[in-house]
Amino acid sequence: MVSKMRKINVMEHELVPEHHLISEEEEKKLLQDLGTEKESLPKIKRNDPAIKMLERIYGPIRPGRVIKIIRKSPTSGKYIAYRVVTEE
Amino acid sequence: MMGDEIKKRINSLNFALLSPDEIRKMSAVKVTTADTYDEDGFPLDRGLMDLHMGVIEPGLRCKTCNGKVDECPGHFGHIELAMPVIHVGFVKEIKDILDATCNSCGRIKMKDEELEVYRPILEKTILNGEETLESTSIVNRIIDEAAQRTVCPHCGAEQYKITLDKPTTFRENGRKLSAKEIRERFERIPDKDLIFLGINPNSARPEWMILTVLPVPPVNVRPTITLETGERSEDDLTHKLVDIIRINQRLRDSKDSGAPQLIIEDLWELLQYHITTYFDNQTSGLPPARHRSGRPLKTLVQRLKGKEGRFRSNLSGKRVNFSARTVISPEPFLSINEVGVPEEAARELTVPIPVTPFNIEKLREIVRRGPNPKGEKYLPGANYVIKQNEKGMRQRILIMEKNAEEIANKLEPGWIVERQLMDGDVVLFNRQPSLHRMSMMAHRVRVMKHRTFRFNLAVCPPYNADFDGDEMNLHVLQSEEAKAEARILMAVQEHIRSPRFGGPIIGGVHDHITGMFMLTYMNPKFTKEETLHILSYVKYDKLPDPVIENGKEYYRGKDIFSLILPKDLNIEYKSKICDGTGCKECVFEKCPYDAYVMIKEGRLITGTIDEKSIGAFKGILLDKISRDYPPDVAAQFIDNFTRLAVGVISFRGFTTGIDDTDIPEETKIQVDLILNDAIEATKTYIDAYQRGILQPSPGKSPEETLEDNIMRVLSDAQKKAGEIASKHLGLENPSVIMARSGARASMLNLSQVAANIGQQAVRGRRINRGYLGRTLPHFRKGDLGAYAHGYVRSSYKKGLTPLEYFFHAMGGREGLVDTAVRTSRSGYMQRRLINALEDLKVTDNDGIVIDTTDNIIQFKYGEDGIDPTRSKGGKPVDFDSIFQKVLGERYLSAKRGGK
Repeated sequence: MVSKMRKINVMEHELVPEHHLISEEEEKKLLQDLGTEKESLPKIKRNDPAIKMLERIYGPIRPGRVIKIIRKSPTSGKYIAYRVVTEE
Repeated sequence: MMGDEIKKRINSLNFALLSPDEIRKMSAVKVTTADTYDEDGFPLDRGLMDLHMGVIEPGLRCKTCNGKVDECPGHFGHIELAMPVIHVGFVKEIKDILDATCNSCGRIKMKDEELEVYRPILEKTILNGEETLESTSIVNRIIDEAAQRTVCPHCGAEQYKITLDKPTTFRENGRKLSAKEIRERFERIPDKDLIFLGINPNSARPEWMILTVLPVPPVNVRPTITLETGERSEDDLTHKLVDIIRINQRLRDSKDSGAPQLIIEDLWELLQYHITTYFDNQTSGLPPARHRSGRPLKTLVQRLKGKEGRFRSNLSGKRVNFSARTVISPEPFLSINEVGVPEEAARELTVPIPVTPFNIEKLREIVRRGPNPKGEKYLPGANYVIKQNEKGMRQRILIMEKNAEEIANKLEPGWIVERQLMDGDVVLFNRQPSLHRMSMMAHRVRVMKHRTFRFNLAVCPPYNADFDGDEMNLHVLQSEEAKAEARILMAVQEHIRSPRFGGPIIGGVHDHITGMFMLTYMNPKFTKEETLHILSYVKYDKLPDPVIENGKEYYRGKDIFSLILPKDLNIEYKSKICDGTGCKECVFEKCPYDAYVMIKEGRLITGTIDEKSIGAFKGILLDKISRDYPPDVAAQFIDNFTRLAVGVISFRGFTTGIDDTDIPEETKIQVDLILNDAIEATKTYIDAYQRGILQPSPGKSPEETLEDNIMRVLSDAQKKAGEIASKHLGLENPSVIMARSGARASMLNLSQVAANIGQQAVRGRRINRGYLGRTLPHFRKGDLGAYAHGYVRSSYKKGLTPLEYFFHAMGGREGLVDTAVRTSRSGYMQRRLINALEDLKVTDNDGIVIDTTDNIIQFKYGEDGIDPTRSKGGKPVDFDSIFQKVLGERYLSAKRGGK
């Protein structure tokens, strides 16, 4: 049943925003700019389809890495959010 | 100051189960008598009102602590149950534990090595009272897994399926499990297994979820009410406890006398029922226990739950002092920043003023006046003084007429005088429902005669107030900090613009718009006397230059209006009366209808001031002034135009009546012809449909196409009839002035009065309900004609036929039902939103939105970091106005030249 379903790349869907893995230096700078700890960032589960797609590019992404999400926004045109990867 | 000294600080709270021993230990008396008072009205020993459980009657003393009514905090008692009973609050947990544990050895039905891996994580969380998402999910997984096993891995005993018969009956393989058996099973569960069930063994044992002892709450919790007649009436909880004790006693007697098992079981079940309803009288599957009068009893859960429950009514909802409520009424001569307060209210409401060497004489005079100063003019007196006595205790002294003089003389720095309200005090003014922040704004007090709160009509929109009997609340600010904060953040003038849509929410309504229209439309002339009358309420520098005609001085309406405009204002736009029809091309300031507003250097050159200039929600001029000038200038402008409008409208006079909608006979005939044609057109469509030759529109069935066509033809006819009628209703007509200027009503309303009401609809379609195949018995079955489906051909003025009237009522009813449904639904939505968002905050640094534990909710407020209040209709920058300012004429001519 499952195998019969066509695999699709979720990132190609219009409603899925851009996801980027950011480097650890960038993480440090981001947290400094925001003046917070990593724990207070919003979370994204490791088994999120978007993370799985990123893992195809970067290899395994361990919990604690930060993902940058670029969304379309009705108010500002572009809105950048960050999420920290957590365990499943 | 009081309340400053912190005695104890709560570090953590620990929730646990009460063990039977603890219940007995905290009990002051074992209650055995199912009764309250003896014949003399004295509490019975070991009864439900036993004096060991506290006192509610003055004169008696508590037998436990020897305290009097206000001193004794109340003490628990207890009831020894003859048989164990299930606690309804724990039925779910009991089911889980029964499922997960072995029926003979009491271990969790999983191997130790399967379980022990989780012990470190669970001990870290559950033993510290910190349940996490992880720990609960582990526990749930263990319970699910263990429930699947059909053989106990420890003792090898066969396991059976446990089912729950709501509310409290457990069955194993169909055989009923008694509470006693369940309790025995739970007793067998070893402490070391409890953690895997999510239970902290230091604070609870599963068998404590089965009651053997019932705590009896103190009498303070369930006081006896004595009616004026001397009759006593007991609290619902007491009634319930009486039932419990009575059945408990019968159960014990039957058990002791060796009654048949069947009788014992019946009584046991009855006891279970009473104890279940004692906790929650709305348990599904059980009939609620009722009072003798038939009213369902309010038991423990009912006391806490819902809007009238302890949490929402008593803990979240607090009542306050220093507040007042009365009917509201309009007062156009108040500033938008003011509120008129009745003298009666002002005498009750007070502001605490600390006595200093600088104000002592002034305060002496105020105190000397006492609580009820005489005299025609309102002067603030004082109701209380607060002084520190020798022991450092605060003492409130009531000022009365006889001791006022004495207290005034004794006044010294350090005391506090509770002065009555006077002009200029800052108060919060509120109208429910408080749906947005503008529902509660700070006003300055003006004490006035008569008994209503009064305010400027321009402030009606933010409160959504009218004067058909609305009441509002007023709160007097007590501390200097609160007053300063309210003045800066909550003052009315700070809320002229709404964050909801980035435009003015405070602005002209109804007569303001009519008044400004009459002042400016076609620039009327006023003599000097008239001008002075109109301007008599307005602050202005000097009269404008008059125009001289036939040797007489006249003042033009637009010049009068220009007096209240800021001197450096430049703006142009189309006004409301510009309907865009009838002009081939806009000629801007040369508009023959005077519909193009042009303001240069604070002078109104052309155009009519109407809803699109000064109206609440829509005023472009108001929008400009409130954005470009400080709030006090905007407030001043609103104050001025409201007064100016009142000046004009009271000078000119303004009235409306049914004859406003009179149209000539030949026009009526024209209207008739149009409507006849429309009816004929519907008939052709129906005929075509019945002969099956109606061409369906794409994607629609023939039926739908027919409906669409009929609706369209009739509404076109209505529009056309309205247009023809409107031709005879010019801008000299008061009703038309109101409709066209946007003050009230619309041209559609007028054409419905004058010409034709049109099709009535329910749920967006022609009326189709009633009898089989027809709306009313007056029509043939299957009649598709206009009249058979709610077409109203008459006008309001002509009057409706009975059938038309009936259909019109159907259409009208839908509107009423809609609003009723909408308000309740949106109210609940609002409540959920507020609960979700109430403690989020926008940080000073970069506008990050965080919650109380500093979690980031949004990286930039609204994703763009813009305060919508200061935006232009939601957009952060008003390019149009900037270009106009920088490029001036060049930009304007480019814009007019077509983009």
